[in-house]
This record gives sequence, C-alpha cells and structure tokens, in this order.
Amino acid sequence: MSAVIEVRDLVRTFDGFIAVDHISFAVEAGRIFAFLGPNGAGKTTTIKMLTTVLAPNSGTIRIAGHDPVREPRLVRRAFGIVFQDPSLDDELTAYENMELHGVLYGVPRAERKARIAALLNFVELWERRDDYVKRFSGGMKRRLEIARALLHQPQILFLDEPTSGLDPQTRNHIWSFVRSLSREENVTVLFTTHYMDEAERVADEIAIVDHGRIVAEGTIPALKRRTGAHSLEEAFIALTGRDIREDEAAPQDRLRVMRQVWRGRR
Amino acid sequence: MKAAAILWLRQLKRYSRSRARMVGALGQPILFLISLGFGLGPTFARAGAGDYLQFLAPGVIVMGILFTAVFSGIEVIWDRQFGFLKETLVAPVSRLEIVLGRTLGAATVALIQGVVVFFICLLAGFRVTAAPLLPLALIFMFLIALVFTAIGTAIGSVLQDMQGFPLIMNFIVLPLFFFSNALYPLRGLPGPLAAAVRFNPLTYGLDGVRSAFGRASQFGVTTDLAVLGGLAAVVLALGSYLFSRIEL
Repeated sequence: MSAVIEVRDLVRTFDGFIAVDHISFAVEAGRIFAFLGPNGAGKTTTIKMLTTVLAPNSGTIRIAGHDPVREPRLVRRAFGIVFQDPSLDDELTAYENMELHGVLYGVPRAERKARIAALLNFVELWERRDDYVKRFSGGMKRRLEIARALLHQPQILFLDEPTSGLDPQTRNHIWSFVRSLSREENVTVLFTTHYMDEAERVADEIAIVDHGRIVAEGTIPALKRRTGAHSLEEAFIALTGRDIREDEAAPQDRLRVMRQVWRGRR
Repeated sequence: MKAAAILWLRQLKRYSRSRARMVGALGQPILFLISLGFGLGPTFARAGAGDYLQFLAPGVIVMGILFTAVFSGIEVIWDRQFGFLKETLVAPVSRLEIVLGRTLGAATVALIQGVVVFFICLLAGFRVTAAPLLPLALIFMFLIALVFTAIGTAIGSVLQDMQGFPLIMNFIVLPLFFFSNALYPLRGLPGPLAAAVRFNPLTYGLDGVRSAFGRASQFGVTTDLAVLGGLAAVVLALGSYLFSRIEL
C-alpha cells in the first residue's frame, strides 16, 4: 500500500511563534488517522496547510500525490473537509447547500442528483432536505457537512474536531459512519479530537502533537506499551504533561466568542 | 463560469429570503429623505436653489446602494470564519471566479436596494424628467454598487476581525458619502471642501445618476462614466487580488 497523505519536515511560523515545527507523517489509503493534542498544539494549522488554505514556510506535502502549494486544484479535488467552525449557508436549504457544492466541484447533474439523494438518506436528512439550515440543530448541521464533504467522492476526508459540542448519540452515529467509509469505500480519514475515547475507538493510528511537534506516533497498543499506560488518556497525559495550556486568543477566537454571544452555541 | 453564476444566484436567494435585512437597510435612506428632504426643503427654496427633494433624492438612492454594497463586502471577515466562504475557498475553482460571482451578486443586491429606494423617493414626491434615460441611471447605479462592493471586499480580505469595522465606517464610508455632492450642491462650497468633493469618485457617480434622471450634468456624462468605470476596474482588480490571497 502507498501513502495517500505524506508530510515531511513541515514548518509554519506566525510572527516568530512556531506553530508547526518539523512535522512528518504518512497515512496509507483507507486508514483512519487521529491527530491528538492540547489546545494550540498545531493540529488545525497542519490541516490548513494540507488543505491548501495556508502556505507552509518549509517542508513538503503530498496529498494523493500532489503538492498543495503548486497544484491546489488537484489537491482540492482529492479531499473533502469538515471544518472546526460551521461552513454551511444558513439561509439556504439542505438540498441547496449540497447542490452548490456539487456545482462548485463540477459533479455532472445526473450524478449530482443521485449522490445528493443517497448521501442525505445516509445521514438521515432526506426528509428535511427542503428546510433552511438555520432551523437545524448542531448535530444535523454536522451530518449535513459530512454528507456535503463526500459529495464529490474524495479519496481523503479531513475532520477537524467534528464532534465537539454534540450529544453522544450524534457522536456515535458520526463515528460509525466514518468507520464504514474507511472499511467499505477505502476513504482515508484524518481527524482531530479532544475526546480520547473517540480516538481510541475509531483510529487505526494516532499522532500525539504538542508544541508543534509530533511527540509520539503509532497504533494505540504501541502507544500504550511505550508509556506503560492502561488507557489512551493516560498515555496522552504521560506524553504531554498535566499543564493546562493558555494560548493567546487569535482574532478568530475573538470572533468565535462574539458569535457565541450573538447566536448561542452551534 | 458556472461557479461564478451559482454564487451570484446564491446572493440573490439570500437577499430575497431575508426581509428583515432588506427592510432594515431601507431605514437610513428613508430617514435622510424625510428629515433632510422636508426639513431643509424650505430653507433651500428660500435661498433660491429650487426644490431640495429633487436634488436630495438621487443622493439618498446612492446612499442605499453604498451601505448595502460596502457591508456585503465586509461580510467576508465573518463569512470566512463561520460561513460558507470557507467552503468556496477549498473548492477546486479559481479564486477569481469566486470573487467575481460574489462581488457581482452583492452588487446586484445593492442595485435592487437602490431601485427600491428610488420607488420610495417617487412616493415622496421625486419626479424624473427624462424617462428615456432611466437605463443610463441603472448603469450608473450598478457601477457605484460594483465599486463599493469591491472596496468592501478588499477591506474584508485584509481585516482579521470585526474590531476595525467602526474605523472603516467612520473614516472611509461616511466621509465618502458626506464629502460628495449627495446632500449639497457643489456650487459655492468653500475651497478645501470643494476640492475634497471634486476628488471623491462618488461625486461623479452622483452627477451621472442625476443627469440620467434629467438634471443638468456638471462634468458631462462621458467624464462621469470614464471616472466611475475606470475606478470600478481598478478596485475590482484590487479586491480580487486581495481576496485571492486570503489565508484561513
């Protein structure tokens, strides 16, 4: 098997602060790879570079064999993404959001219709397809975002904290869906999460990131063996320490606070 | 250009579905029309300058366009963090096509808003004396919408959060409006103010709109079109460039 995601010596700094510090890893086709780390560890920054929306300072990335900096279009075709913050158009219906995605990705009309129906059924939103997204709960929005990310049949799915703020039922639903994607459709999945139990249940392989570096990488049994821990959470604490991180609020964090004040949680 | 077309359509759908925003954006121009139009009207008439409402109406129409246009451009800040914009930034479509679809859509919405204010002005007593020139008025109104949507997009692409927004309003948008010939005629202004008004591109847009409604043009329609068209090309290029460099 060959690696679908290959990252070597990736570096990104912001005004002298090293957010990502020589990160290297590879993910093989059809595997589920989890990025774990405390707040501000560099997980989201890495995903941004892999998905062409942030340029690295140095290092190489190959997504499905292409370079995000030089061939952004080929890379963008190869992946689907669910962002940490919502990215649906609230004033459109669920169906219209799907349709827009299909047009942007150049999915032919007949195929578009069929796939939208299949995916909306799969995430159990077909009955609600003509409702405005602003009427959806947080869990429904997330499910719609996942369905949308899969519409153009990507080889890779990026999920940045896909289950934060969701109830256990919705989380279970999402993860069993992600697992079946990897098993049945050979989709490669890279996700970040704060929930250790989720990573333990779902991921084939884990990278623990701290201060912009990968401090440990491997399968869950290997990580436990290495640290002598009984659970992933113990291993995580053993590797990253007990300090609570106080990273400074970036502009997007300030915006996020404003948004919560005005609209309530997602 | 399919992507640009569907993004344009999206803006129109959003506009037609949010009545509150539509009505809210009408408040300010109507307030100006009624308070200034009827309040200053008698003084204006006594000074021998004619019917103020006839002079003011085009200014109020352009005001409606201006604020809708700038605001939709600045929405980029919000939209790229919490909205649909992020989805378009990772799509396999050129940024130029995205920014064109978005800008044309927002400018079309601003134009519609201007047309609505136009009808309100008619209700208030505004009279058009050159009906055949109305298409020309629409062209000028659209160019103004385009210029200010592009300026808003350029600003929204550079700012990191909403904190700079009052700064933009008070030091760019409001001065552009108040130091133009929207509220008062150019004739007899004190030197520095006259210079500022003549330097302001919005003045030429307003001159074009007024002449299309049948009033005497000050600079000539060709000059107005050239200034506004040239500016539209420049700010559109600038807005597109800055937008294409957005990083998340």
